Amino acid sequence: MIRVVLPAHLRSLAGVAKEVELSLEGAATQEALLDALEAIHPVLRGTIRDGATLQRRPFVRFFACGEDVSHAGAGATLPAPVLAGVEPFIVVGAMAGG
Amino acid sequence: MSRVRVLVGTCKGAFILASDGIRSDWTVTGPLFGGWEIYHVTASPADPDRIYASQSTGWFGQQVQRSDDGGLTWQPVGNDFRYDGVAGTHQWYDGTPHPWEFARVWHFEPSPTDRDAVFAGVEDAALFQSLDGGAGWKELPGLRGHGSGPAWQPGAGGMCLHSVILDPADPARMLVAISAAGVFRTLDGGDTWEPANRGLRSEGIPDAEAEVGHCVHHVAMHPDRPDVLFMQKHWDVMRSDDFGASWYEISGDLPSDFGFAIDVHAHEPQTVYVVPITSDSLHYPPDGRLRVYRSRTGGGEWQPLSEGLPQRDCYLNVLRDAMAVDSLDPCGVYFGTTGGQVYASRDAGDSWAPIVRDLPRVLSVEAQTLP
Repeated sequence: MIRVVLPAHLRSLAGVAKEVELSLEGAATQEALLDALEAIHPVLRGTIRDGATLQRRPFVRFFACGEDVSHAGAGATLPAPVLAGVEPFIVVGAMAGG
Repeated sequence: MSRVRVLVGTCKGAFILASDGIRSDWTVTGPLFGGWEIYHVTASPADPDRIYASQSTGWFGQQVQRSDDGGLTWQPVGNDFRYDGVAGTHQWYDGTPHPWEFARVWHFEPSPTDRDAVFAGVEDAALFQSLDGGAGWKELPGLRGHGSGPAWQPGAGGMCLHSVILDPADPARMLVAISAAGVFRTLDGGDTWEPANRGLRSEGIPDAEAEVGHCVHHVAMHPDRPDVLFMQKHWDVMRSDDFGASWYEISGDLPSDFGFAIDVHAHEPQTVYVVPITSDSLHYPPDGRLRVYRSRTGGGEWQPLSEGLPQRDCYLNVLRDAMAVDSLDPCGVYFGTTGGQVYASRDAGDSWAPIVRDLPRVLSVEAQTLP
């Protein structure tokens, strides 16, 4: 089971208390993870990725296993500890402003 | 007894202020959607318990929230705002072409007759419509496509479509205002549009009387007289008597004709309210005194209204969508400030009192009169 941690605003929007748990069939990529997340919580469409282009929104970052994997690309395979549920995939609202 | 509900959008959530018809004791509900920017909250005239809220952040984009029970519960509906066809470019601040990019909904204008129909004025400037209660949105492409769109430039707050005027007597007539492109109107239900800026004069653009490029801050109309429109421009308070075909200045004896908000008395179509702001570089009231100005003559002659408002050391602003009126008698007038106060007058502006003093920066205020 893959664990996804959302920032506070998206947890409140989706009505999620803590982590979202999901499983993937087929490719274990960032894109597949986000597709699955949006399938479980359709209200998140357009909040993490642009609704039309599916590009990551500018002030959203992805962290996993202590690394910033935001630029790994939609097709990047998720780290093994994330796939194993040992480490969460973390969606972050970037620090910006005061 | 009638009731009043004041819908407040702030930079950190929405608030609902409610009172009976006496309008002296208020309950405050909120923050709703805490932490999100709520540019506008407004209700359907056809179903007053249906309320739309524009919820956004720069991080996570746009949501449209809808309540069908007067604000007790909410559900996110549609947030897919896609420009029709190839989005194209407008001018950026430096005059270079810039792709049209959706940022947020600035203003909802629900249909006066259909609870499921609502227009959305958005940044980058365009007009969208939903016919299913906010779930699905389609652009009215004739506005951006009428010809001048590539020449539009953003104002300091972004290139926003902030005013939507629907003629209650003729659904084919609509008028919108864009900062800083100006006013545009349609006479055929939104298929074709034309600039409606004749008579506007703006010193800050190369051709002061250009067909487009004016920084219109807000437009207001009394529903009983849809031909008569009142405008607060970047500088100048203006009036049209022919649904925007031409405009003339009514700034008269105002201490400053710069400002953002403008509205019309619910029962006196000739009575208009503005909040003069010092200048385009000093976005606070003249002399540190917060005064609403009222004209009972449709402009030209203005009377300061200051009872109950701070008359020293006051350096806040009243934004374009942050003034509203109720339809009780006497008419109630409401406005919110960038300092977080929402002031109410239950005597058409003669005196004022704060409903709340310490909200986040107020972006919008709407008033509902309920049975």
